[in-house]
Amino acid sequence: MQRILLFLYRIRAFLFFVLLEAMAVWLIVSNNTQQGSVFFNSANQLSGQILNTQSNVVDYFSLTAVNKALVEKNAALLAELEMYRQPTDSNFIQLDTAMASVHQFKGAKVINNSINLSQNFLTINKGANHGIKEGMGVFNEEGVVGRVKGVTKNFASVISLLHTELLLSSKIESSEVFGSTRWDGKDAKKTKLLYVPRHVDLQVGDRVVTSGYNAIFPEGIPIGRVIEVAQGAETNYLDVTMELATDFTRVTYVYLVENLIEEELQSLDPSN
Amino acid sequence: MNSNRIFLLVGGFLIYLIIQVLLLKNMVIFGMAFCFLYVLYILLLPLEMKAIPVMLIAFALGFGVDLFYDTLGVHTASLVALAFLRNPWLKVLTPTGGYDENQQPSMLNMGFGWFTYYSLPLILLHHILFFYIESIGTNLFFPVVQKIIASTVFVFVVSIIVQLMFYRRRRGI
Repeated sequence: MQRILLFLYRIRAFLFFVLLEAMAVWLIVSNNTQQGSVFFNSANQLSGQILNTQSNVVDYFSLTAVNKALVEKNAALLAELEMYRQPTDSNFIQLDTAMASVHQFKGAKVINNSINLSQNFLTINKGANHGIKEGMGVFNEEGVVGRVKGVTKNFASVISLLHTELLLSSKIESSEVFGSTRWDGKDAKKTKLLYVPRHVDLQVGDRVVTSGYNAIFPEGIPIGRVIEVAQGAETNYLDVTMELATDFTRVTYVYLVENLIEEELQSLDPSN
Repeated sequence: MNSNRIFLLVGGFLIYLIIQVLLLKNMVIFGMAFCFLYVLYILLLPLEMKAIPVMLIAFALGFGVDLFYDTLGVHTASLVALAFLRNPWLKVLTPTGGYDENQQPSMLNMGFGWFTYYSLPLILLHHILFFYIESIGTNLFFPVVQKIIASTVFVFVVSIIVQLMFYRRRRGI
């Protein structure tokens, strides 16, 4: 007995090493979910505050670009608004609730971003107190950015589109063919469009946008542009490479979208 | 261990952590060469420190870095492995006549050649573990190898520069 204890005492460093590694592995596994608790990451109070302060300082350097992007977005919105403006002599028809807006939008600032790992996340400076919820879609004036993974009181953690496990329901704008966008982990400017059948006639330059089938994003938010079409290794699908619409190296302000009827939509899903 | 030493240890810990997460996090050359300079803190812990305290410090430091990188557990796991192998590796590299007491295993104290033998394999191991765990679930091979090699070289060069600029012989930060 004593010899066993002595032996264990001699290899105590190794046992301690195994214990610590087991804890680390447990952390990795428990963090590896699409949604859930985000206490132990950059969205928690302490690291969130530090990153927020840092971003307040660094932000001055990107003001010009941000202003330019906002002006462009404003111009686009004004042009769109022009189409809906009521002519003075027309009758006004009250739309019923079936056509009421199903999406609600919010704005936030990105305080932490990474693009070079294979599983990238962003942190934004709004949280549960500001009405941010798990699963909300995130985009900016250029295109899709990601999806909210989890929220704390004042911050939220966002799975970037540059995350090898985020699948995004998408379609080709011109032909309405559906596919899934999933990053391959290589280049922060490119991504892959999966599950496009072989018979589809795809042109280089075709725009890819979010499809209305996913419950997160409204239809038609840009994802990217096709730059390469090849016959993939899989027999049934094309190997499509896209150039991302969003420049992830300078994502500063983002919009969040909540689907107000998501629960209703999901309740119709027979698999539930 | 007097209070001055403890102050230096804690201060160094905080300085390395803050510089890593606020400054070096955004410094990635060509999207490949990452600057994980915080491994230098573990490498330069005093020689006589036992394996268990080194591993505990490594766990805390790795966890702190993970918080900001949103890679929960990945830095922790690889840094603890580095800390575990540090002391056996130091024993292997004992120079003839042994180490001086209370010495820091830095380049200034031990010489460039010795420091290269000491640090390069450990940095490489840390980076292999980090990038391998981080890319589990993807079938990337060459991008990961590129990142490992580029980052190892980068961290090694930066750690030499940092030692030349901020460390003194026999005593460090």
